[in-house]
Amino acid sequence: MTRDPCDKCEEILQEFLDRTLTNEEWAEAESHLLGCDYCRRRYRFEETLRRYVKTSAAERMPPGLMEKLQELRGLDATA
Amino acid sequence: MSETEPATEARRIAAEARDRARFEEEALALADQVYRVARRLVSSREEAEDLVQETYARAFRSWRSFTPGTNMRAWMLRILTNLNVDRGRRIQRSPQTQPLEESDYYLANKLASAAGEEALEQEQVVERMSQDSIVNALAEIQPQFREVVVLVDIGDFTYADAAQILDIPIGTVMSRLHRGRRALKQKLAEEALT
Repeated sequence: MTRDPCDKCEEILQEFLDRTLTNEEWAEAESHLLGCDYCRRRYRFEETLRRYVKTSAAERMPPGLMEKLQELRGLDATA
Repeated sequence: MSETEPATEARRIAAEARDRARFEEEALALADQVYRVARRLVSSREEAEDLVQETYARAFRSWRSFTPGTNMRAWMLRILTNLNVDRGRRIQRSPQTQPLEESDYYLANKLASAAGEEALEQEQVVERMSQDSIVNALAEIQPQFREVVVLVDIGDFTYADAAQILDIPIGTVMSRLHRGRRALKQKLAEEALT
């Protein structure tokens, strides 16, 4: 494993997972990932982390808020 | 006045009432998603509740300015983020002195040195960090980075939607998102692993 391709792979981690790379960059990243356990583990970790952040940060509406919002229906533009 | 005019007017009023009711129902169906974003933009549940109520009050008042068939969730969030700025909840945009974020593998590297390379392969590796530590780390990111992370990674908005909501170019969304995610991982590495 040489460091340079891994540095490059690290730089494009977010674009790769966001699917915003060009086809050429994507292919280059994939061929590196196929041969590099180090980067592949980190990419997988990043995917798991994103899911975990999303679930951890999601908080349900407090009870009663929906009713308060319902009461706002019909508000007049001049009110 | 011809005899048909009152009937036409009545039909118009009825149609408008229907459109309005439909708008309100669609907007209310999004409340959970709107709240989820609001909650992570402000620091307390109470503030989030207030912000969501103000957002719905304004949306219901100005329902006519929504174009049917466009993205209502983005429209609602634009109201919400503007209100959030108006109320001064957001820390002022001062010249940024945020320290440079560590690179993207930083957190993974920290976890790997604590738990071993193979641990990164396991789904449970992230559960070493408590959900509270994730929430706290998010709250500590500078607001202009956080709002993009919250919209895209928690609210599931596209870059284009986030750009429209915040009224900034897509390139700015991307750079703030990348920096915000790096900052998040750096904070997680500092907080969750010490």
